[in-house]
Amino acid sequence: MVGVANLLNTTATTAPDALLPARTQMAISLGWHIIVACFGMAWPAMIFVLHRKGLNGDDVALELAKRWSKVAAVLFAIGAVSGTILSFELGLLWPGLMDAYGDVVGLAFALEGISFFTEAIFLGIYVYGWGRLPARWHSLMLLPIMAAGVVGSFMVISVNAWMNAPTGFDLVMNDAGQMVPTNIDPLAAIFNSAVWLQFAHMYLAAVMVVGFSVAAVYAMGLLKGRRDRVHQLGLLVSLAFVAVATPIQPVVGHFAGQRLADEQPIKLAAMEGLAETTDAARLEVGGYWNGEELVGAIEIPVDGLLSFLSTNDFDATVIGLDAVDPDERPPVAVVHTAYTIMIGIGSALVGLIAWAGWLWRRNRDALFTSKPFLWALVASGPAAVLAMETGWVTTEVGRQPWIVHGLMRTTDAVTDASYIWITLTVLVVVYAGMTAGAIAVIRSMSKRWREGETDLASPYGPSLDERSGHRSEVKAVVSAVDRPGIQP
Amino acid sequence: MSVPDAVAAVMFAAVILYSVFGGADFGSGVWDLTAGNARKGAPTRRLIDHAIGPVWEANHVWLIFVLVFLWTGFPSAFSAIMRTLAIPFWLAGLGIVARGAAFAFRKYSPTLRWAQVTGVIFASASLVTPFFLGTIAGGIASGRVPATGTGDKQEAWLNPTSLLAGVLATATCTYLAGVLLTADAERLGYHDLVAELRRKSLIGGAITGAVVLAGIPILLTDSPTLADGLLGRALPLAAGSGLAGVITMVELYRGRPRRARIVAALAVALVVAGWGAAQYPWVLVDQLTVSEAAGANAALVGLLVASGLAAVLVLPPLIYLLTLADSNRVGTATVDG
Repeated sequence: MVGVANLLNTTATTAPDALLPARTQMAISLGWHIIVACFGMAWPAMIFVLHRKGLNGDDVALELAKRWSKVAAVLFAIGAVSGTILSFELGLLWPGLMDAYGDVVGLAFALEGISFFTEAIFLGIYVYGWGRLPARWHSLMLLPIMAAGVVGSFMVISVNAWMNAPTGFDLVMNDAGQMVPTNIDPLAAIFNSAVWLQFAHMYLAAVMVVGFSVAAVYAMGLLKGRRDRVHQLGLLVSLAFVAVATPIQPVVGHFAGQRLADEQPIKLAAMEGLAETTDAARLEVGGYWNGEELVGAIEIPVDGLLSFLSTNDFDATVIGLDAVDPDERPPVAVVHTAYTIMIGIGSALVGLIAWAGWLWRRNRDALFTSKPFLWALVASGPAAVLAMETGWVTTEVGRQPWIVHGLMRTTDAVTDASYIWITLTVLVVVYAGMTAGAIAVIRSMSKRWREGETDLASPYGPSLDERSGHRSEVKAVVSAVDRPGIQP
Repeated sequence: MSVPDAVAAVMFAAVILYSVFGGADFGSGVWDLTAGNARKGAPTRRLIDHAIGPVWEANHVWLIFVLVFLWTGFPSAFSAIMRTLAIPFWLAGLGIVARGAAFAFRKYSPTLRWAQVTGVIFASASLVTPFFLGTIAGGIASGRVPATGTGDKQEAWLNPTSLLAGVLATATCTYLAGVLLTADAERLGYHDLVAELRRKSLIGGAITGAVVLAGIPILLTDSPTLADGLLGRALPLAAGSGLAGVITMVELYRGRPRRARIVAALAVALVVAGWGAAQYPWVLVDQLTVSEAAGANAALVGLLVASGLAAVLVLPPLIYLLTLADSNRVGTATVDG
């Protein structure tokens, strides 16, 4: 059945005008949202650790939990609106996909919606509940946030995994002669063959993005001479999480690669830059794809290493790009380069964790005093983000030309609208503004915390009481004069 | 009731909830816009921060539910709507991003200037977003979204019914938020604010009523199918909404905003329910019915199960959050701790 669908759907057409701007816009809005989504997935657990520690009498931990929750609220807000845009874009940019397969993948999105709702509700309770809810009860509000972060991201990843490994339906010809999905099984679609590995890979990536980013902030503070317990604890908690996640990540990635060898061999061939189908293939590392072959790569002199890594068999055949027509291959240069960057950074981060472990065993204070180590941590934040983004580029571009692997081409799903360059431009401007706004607000929060403020009263003042309201307004005016440097 | 009908009913329930909760949220932004300069408007703006701060993200999840229900339950209708009404959707999306981000940024503004800039973005985006959402509803309800292909992308949202629906959406959101804010101000004991908001809300109510009356001939000529439904099956709902709107005005006038807010929310819920009832059985008026557009049965059943799950998992904590916000146990009015 799937074979017939292939024949019907793969008629080569010229790319619609909207294809490039639509893919660019989807890439930017998803790539942007994923970063803040990582904080929704992984940060609540770190805050929970601090909050519980704080309830056991550690005031610094409690204060840190409070601060992190306020930053989380800002990130959650921009994550909520950028997530809403994504749900618009599914229909506005890819109506062909949603028309044909909306009901196949819909249940996952519905469950994601429920998770997001749960997250929004409990985050509202948690962030605004400081000092108002009974202490232990208040800290427990993080548990549903954590659970919703896991379930919600699982569901979103599940839809993406389904695009790689479409299942949960049969394609049957309808009266109009079109192949349409029938016998739909929404649960089978959710629990497709790619979902578990892809989710595990993404969840660990989220922990790494958040952990290394937070550690980078406190490492920077320590380098600036702020050697207080706030910085040490902030660094330690975030580092503890990535110390667990980082070494596991390559293992999960390895098995995800083996699934590709089985189900999406052309994507794997593009990642490895394997031009020809090869028996007992050697592994080549690095280099770049010049359009026909890999140039400048280091070949590991072990016969069959790539075969072994892909299939656990040194003699196995690894499928190369030549196995399919050129119009069924992804843009190899992009995929291979992105993949190489991800692997490179991932390996370096494993090394960084080993370094941290070595310092920790030798002398705990060295974690807070070793300048080379702290600088490496500062770099690790952006590096982890880059690794995650290049990982997404690898899997998304690697799936091309398909939007649904083997069944629907991206060109057949895209909108026929003529103005997507305009929406793309507006989106870039708005998201750039949102990024700048978030950075400015979070930096100003951190500055005010350092200056000893705890409440972060808004310039409109926290209180409606006439007297204190007046005071906070005056204070805001004064501070506006005092701090011209951070005005927008 | 068939499975597609049940899914359509749940989806429309989400539309109603979005109109009430999301609407109050958008409307608050309009009051923010009209509150005056930084000094004069500060009490109103603090009240708005307090009222929607903890709940605004949750208020907008209803929209996500509507979209998910539409593309899962009625995929062909969803892609038809997205093809033909793309422009107002892009504009509404822009508004949602701008107001949400700006509202979050304003709360932790480092300076008054920052708060003014982000505040203006939040408030003006809050004013225009319900208008665009209203034009989308108008395009669907007046039969301008064809089931296949792409309709006239301009005329589909720039037509009498859409413009009426857009203006009505903005006016209704503003009026509803005004009543809610008046009630909040009263509960917190800010009597000057109560008087001001009450007066302005009464004006807002009168304007909304005028828009409704002016809209009747527009609907009769531009949207005959919808008008038939509103005067037929949906008449009790429409009349109930009008009555609730009048009672809201009376309660507000008598200085009982806590009571007024319940009737105001009811008025909004009833008018939106009236639209749904008038439009049934069409999902795209005059073009595609609920049963024609229905996706796979298994997906529809899945949605109903998910809705049941949502009712159990989400509603109790949502009510808890709203109760906390209302009882001042979460919020920013006292100490921002």
